[in-house]
Amino acid sequence: TCGGTPWLRLRYPKCTAPGPLRDLVAILVLPATTFKIKPFMRPINCHGHIMSLFKKRKNTKVTLSAFPFPFSHQMKVKVLSRNPDDYVRETKLDIQRVPRNYDPTLHPFEVSREYTRALNATKLERVFAKPFLASLDGHRDGVNCMAKHTKSLSTLLSGSCDGQVKVWNLTKRECVRTLQAHEGFVRGMVVRSCGTSFFTVGDDKTIKHWKMEAPGYGEEEEPLNTILGKTVFTGLDHHQKDAVFATCGQQVDIWDERRSSPIRSFTWGVDSFSAVRFNPVETELLASCASDRSIVLYDMRESAPLKKVIMTMRSNTLCWNPMEAYYFTCSNEDYNLYTYDMRYLDQPVTVHMDHVSAVLDVDYSPTGKEFVSASFDKTIRIFPKDGGHSREVYHTKRMQHVICIKWSADNKYILSGSDEMNIRLWKANAAEKLGVLAPRERQATNYSQKLKEKFQHHPQIRRIAHHRHLPKSLYHQTKELRVMKEARRKKYVNVRKHSRPGSVPLLSEKEKHVVTVVK
Amino acid sequence: MASLGGEALTVTHVEKKKKPPARYWEDPPQQAGNGDNNRGTDGEQAGRQTEQQTPKAKKRKENEDRGDGNKFLSGKADRFPGPAPIPEDRLQKFKRKEKMKKPRRQHYKLKDMIARSEENSEMSQIQAARLDLLLPEDAGFLEGDEGEDTCTISQEDIAESVDITSKTKYFDLKLSQFGPYRVDYSQTGRQVLLGGRRGHIACIDWQSKQLTCEINVMESVNDVKWLHSEAMYAVAQKKWLHIYDSNGIELHCIRKFNDVLRMQFLPYHFLLATASATSFLQYLDVSVGKEVAAICTKTGRLDVMCQNPQNAVIHLGHANGTVTLWTPNQKEALVKMLCHHGAVRSVAVDKTGTYMVTSGMDKKLKVFDIRTFKPLKSYFLPAGASCLSLSQRGLLSAATGDIVQVYRDVWSTPVTKPYMAHRVQKTVWGTHFCPFEDVLGVGHGDGFTSMLIPGAGEPNIDGLDANPFRSAKQRQEWEVKALLEKVQPELISLNPTELGMVDRAASEIKHQDRVKALGFDPLAKVKFVPKYKKKGRSSSGNIEKRKRQVGHEDQRDDIRKTAEDRVKIEKERRQKEKKEAVLSSQKSALDRFRK
Repeated sequence: TCGGTPWLRLRYPKCTAPGPLRDLVAILVLPATTFKIKPFMRPINCHGHIMSLFKKRKNTKVTLSAFPFPFSHQMKVKVLSRNPDDYVRETKLDIQRVPRNYDPTLHPFEVSREYTRALNATKLERVFAKPFLASLDGHRDGVNCMAKHTKSLSTLLSGSCDGQVKVWNLTKRECVRTLQAHEGFVRGMVVRSCGTSFFTVGDDKTIKHWKMEAPGYGEEEEPLNTILGKTVFTGLDHHQKDAVFATCGQQVDIWDERRSSPIRSFTWGVDSFSAVRFNPVETELLASCASDRSIVLYDMRESAPLKKVIMTMRSNTLCWNPMEAYYFTCSNEDYNLYTYDMRYLDQPVTVHMDHVSAVLDVDYSPTGKEFVSASFDKTIRIFPKDGGHSREVYHTKRMQHVICIKWSADNKYILSGSDEMNIRLWKANAAEKLGVLAPRERQATNYSQKLKEKFQHHPQIRRIAHHRHLPKSLYHQTKELRVMKEARRKKYVNVRKHSRPGSVPLLSEKEKHVVTVVK
Repeated sequence: MASLGGEALTVTHVEKKKKPPARYWEDPPQQAGNGDNNRGTDGEQAGRQTEQQTPKAKKRKENEDRGDGNKFLSGKADRFPGPAPIPEDRLQKFKRKEKMKKPRRQHYKLKDMIARSEENSEMSQIQAARLDLLLPEDAGFLEGDEGEDTCTISQEDIAESVDITSKTKYFDLKLSQFGPYRVDYSQTGRQVLLGGRRGHIACIDWQSKQLTCEINVMESVNDVKWLHSEAMYAVAQKKWLHIYDSNGIELHCIRKFNDVLRMQFLPYHFLLATASATSFLQYLDVSVGKEVAAICTKTGRLDVMCQNPQNAVIHLGHANGTVTLWTPNQKEALVKMLCHHGAVRSVAVDKTGTYMVTSGMDKKLKVFDIRTFKPLKSYFLPAGASCLSLSQRGLLSAATGDIVQVYRDVWSTPVTKPYMAHRVQKTVWGTHFCPFEDVLGVGHGDGFTSMLIPGAGEPNIDGLDANPFRSAKQRQEWEVKALLEKVQPELISLNPTELGMVDRAASEIKHQDRVKALGFDPLAKVKFVPKYKKKGRSSSGNIEKRKRQVGHEDQRDDIRKTAEDRVKIEKERRQKEKKEAVLSSQKSALDRFRK
């Protein structure tokens, strides 16, 4: 079959032992003169293949001399061959191409890797937790009350114990205006809903109405209106929309802005009130904290108060939840905060514990998910609205008893006014990066946030996320309180054990602090 | 059903109905009646007159006609309403867990949370399945003619009939001087590392055929392994374990690791697992250079080793025919399986971590399901297989002497013939499938052969994991990220998703763990120490008395309890007797024959 040419070779498939020549399909007869390279060393077993040979070398003379198989003999083969152009960027100016394949078998250890990421994210969160931003100093006495501007995020008003009111620019962190509003304490302050003026009450039994903008050059600092009351006012709040405000002192008064005498006065056998707040949604409703350990609810349209709940200790202030306005939280003298549903006052919805001294002020975040509390124990704590314990505690060496607290309207900052004449600006989220985030940065933070949430109950992550440094005194006080509580519990258990069954009821923490509800 | 049965009834029913008032924007009824194609607000009324159906049935029918009832402004209905269907098998591929069976009573918050998370996971599953349809590459394949076995097709044939780039992937390196060779491809499949028995080490960018480095360590080489990137590799030499960089510079000589025969690198844990002739299994953390665990397996020379890529468990084959499974956290084997009657020659585990393939001196090739540890298939190979290796798409290569055979679907269907076969010059010493390529690297006594195995490699790469086309910058970024999310060796276990499960350990076990962690039992009863009382009332006699009182109290509690128990037992006994008495009173006539 070789036709006398010396360049022909036959080859068998290698895979098996040499068998019959079944793969030999065609034999090429190649004259030496036209073909320079070594003769082909391969069997040819496909029709197309031979045709391509014809095309490749036109001057080659090919003679097909043996055909054990018909030409239909075909082998189909495809081997992975990627075009790098599909995977590599075209120019240096482009971003890199990242093909994705989400096949789970290509990504093993999904859970462990996510856990590791969550652990890293939690650690980084603690590393970057630097909540303190600025201290605004300028008051010459302790800061007694603060008010958020209703229209401007960067404006804050503060009143001190020497009767001075200061208006602050928070972005520049400087005082833009100072006025001597009262003699003695400034007890309460509120900005009108339009944002053009504000009210102050003080120990000098006056209510003063001020313009928001500073007086022009040469003009004297004078209130728009001054109302002289009969008794000392201790608190003040303005209606959401109407030209009506409420003050508290020996009684709760509702005032029309245009009149100099209250349009309504509420008393319920109580000698003094410490705070009054309008409901942000049901705008005619008010709540006030009285010194007889009660919280009283009023309807402005009615002549008598609605109902009150009497607790074991006095509440200092209260704040309505801005989103679910049937909830309010009150800060109590017994180191706790209580969230009540105003429809069911017989027991609080949640008891928030963690402070080790009286809680002086509370303010909700605008989202209504969290609130911040200021305490006599020189700390600020942030609580989730339905959590019994705080998620965060802020303190500094220099901050004394925190008297007033505000959560900024953009949900990012917390402002605290304390005894040692300073107003402090804190981040609401200690590890948050301020400023504009790039989209990828935001994506990364969102992702790590989700991961932290997903693995939050794992002991290692939980331990790191919950760890907070506390001043030594506070730490020991916490411990002491725990011991005291445990002792009380033990005693109660013993009392129960040695009493007639059923005579001493088992009280839950929520039930313990409510004395009665009066309607 | 209403439309079928209610034909006669509905006539009167419809007649009774008041005709809606005529509107000028509607067509006259006789015109609308004949046209079923104009479906508007008028079509409904027209149908009501002509077809005489109940309005409900009519409405239902209309809904069926229109599919979803989606209509465009033009009046045409969407022919494919709703989201496009996804094939069930694709969905199955991305399924992570079964839907939670809801317990009878759940807290409303928990219920809400579970519902939301399930919704999310379902969405991600669907989206991943949708994206899967759009993947750009298809896997390779090889089909012979009718009646032709693919195993008879030679490498030359394949190389001839494929494109030029793929053709260059079939090549032979004739290195007869320092052989036989061990082979290892890097994670991305760009580089191949050859380790000759007589000390020759070479890294080759095998696609461009560029030699990255070549050294001779002047010592016998047992195994070579790439570490996490192409920059470093480990060489198990005659005595110690050495680490070289891609320029061939010796970075470390690790004297803690001696007589290493086989190595495996766990890429997500940055662990190099080594099996030595002294029967030690050791783990080296290559990110910090510390020995994580050294386990004496007490099973003699360890020269058969592989890893399960799904859970990072190391499989060791032994001379007595057993295969053992190891993690760095446990000094004993997790599992011991008797797989062969002779010694185990080679072990391989597939990418999904489901199947294990073993070959032994008894010339058998066995497939096990390692979720249940049960044998699935057993094949008899006349020569026995020395080197096993599994590709990403589940092709099995088995080397018998100097022939490399590749099998397909060894676990699902009984295989009679190999998928492909190839004879190399001398005995095969190591085989390794190249990741993301249809290539099998064979190291043998006469050098290295790169074979084309269509359908071996995973066609679609993931750019964030092992990307063969990554740039230097991308590699650096990947390296940092990979190091940051290095999985700790403590997390290696048989079930890799264990971390995401609820720990349902009994409270007793939890308590034991707590005692172990604290060093004392927090719930143990405190020994009663009487308070010190002044004015002579705390004399030793008094103290003893008070102690006794407390002791008596405890005793009294116990006595009360036992008394209550006794009463209870007594009561039960009496009830039982009563019942028996009732039963015995109903005596049958045959009872007297009873004993």
